[in-house]
Amino acid sequence: MRIAVLSGKGGTGKTLVAVNLAAVAEEAGYIDCDVEEPNGYLFFKPEHVRTEKVCIKIPLVDEKLCNGCRKCVDFCKFNALAYIKKLMVFDEVCHSCGGCMLLCPTKALKEKDKIIGEVQRGISDKVAVITGILNTGEASGVPIIKKLLKSGDEDAKLTFIDCPPGSACIVMESIKDADYCILVAEPTLFGVHNLNMVYELVKLFKKPLGVVLNKCLEGENPAEEFCREKGIKILGRISFDKGLGMVNANALIAAREDIKYRELFSFLLATVTEEVRDETVINP
Amino acid sequence: MKIAIPTDDQSMESNVCQSFGRTPYFMIFDTKSKETIFLDNSAAASQGGAGIKAAQTIVDSRVSVLITPRCGENAAEVIKAANIKMYKSINDSILNNFIAFSEGKLSPLEEIHPGFHGSEGK
Ligand code: SF4
Ligand code: SF4
Repeated sequence: MRIAVLSGKGGTGKTLVAVNLAAVAEEAGYIDCDVEEPNGYLFFKPEHVRTEKVCIKIPLVDEKLCNGCRKCVDFCKFNALAYIKKLMVFDEVCHSCGGCMLLCPTKALKEKDKIIGEVQRGISDKVAVITGILNTGEASGVPIIKKLLKSGDEDAKLTFIDCPPGSACIVMESIKDADYCILVAEPTLFGVHNLNMVYELVKLFKKPLGVVLNKCLEGENPAEEFCREKGIKILGRISFDKGLGMVNANALIAAREDIKYRELFSFLLATVTEEVRDETVINP
Repeated sequence: MKIAIPTDDQSMESNVCQSFGRTPYFMIFDTKSKETIFLDNSAAASQGGAGIKAAQTIVDSRVSVLITPRCGENAAEVIKAANIKMYKSINDSILNNFIAFSEGKLSPLEEIHPGFHGSEGK
């Protein structure tokens, strides 16, 4: 079973929730899809790490065959090609769609492998930790996400997917195969705006979802009101807590450090698994 | 000789557009025929690589001088491959930029900013 953890922007506690849920679940998997800034591994400090490079296919021009027709330049909607006396290929801009290589009338474009990042697999206690890393400057992390989700361990286990922030296509890729989505929200108006953004996205994919309210204070919580209005299930509340902030800031896993937090996240996990089970009963 | 400037509007009084790749128009002035045309920048709406496409447009218009406030590294690579000279625009109308250029008062554009591939069209 795969549970995606999302938020509209970074810093809402998405990783905190994903990491701690994986830590309290017996034999879980944790997949970090936030490939531009993966940080889950900093908490898990996995051992026995194996690394696998991720490549994409980009065009390589054979200048002897190229007749300068520019069909490829006109075709590339990412504008990765230009023709100035000869064909120029901008590797970082290429999205590896393969179109130009198919289309070239003189077969002047061949495929060449280009490394855009890597996938690391390790283990931390009983958690299989899988991290995707996109090299800086690369156009798209989607190929890394694809590899990450394919490599996710046996699906019978509970796997948590730490998604990239926001709602771009890389997020869609990350939640595509999820069975359930957890949205993490901050209790501010801005937080509601971000929450709404991911909420719309998850709804689009018709995934069952619930919200975890993070950094809760006494008094009004606009994010909570939003959930009530939309009829969204609130899975749990994490109160604003300096101790938790400290543990987190030191890259420690709260649930492994303190029984108080262990209980908090175990309770959250129980709620989540129950929700997922209900959902699969209603929508098998 | 043809000179190009990214511009916000189709008029000589218009200001220089702050973005090269995403400018709505390029004004192209031919010093020989004294003709001025405003070219739609089709790259403005593209998902990514706008600078590269805009640069290709400039090159295809057979321009020899580009006056612009800034230029990304990919676009600069295309511009340089075509031996087009780049000058830094002054914060004024395009007309005054021309005058400054013809009086030799514009300095060559040196700062080339890294591309935005990360934030664009992901
Ligand atoms: S389509 Fe092929 S022949 Fe035409 S410009 Fe591109 S590489 Fe050259
Ligand atoms: S593979 Fe696709 S994105 Fe890359 S240069 Fe060719 S057409 Fe453009």
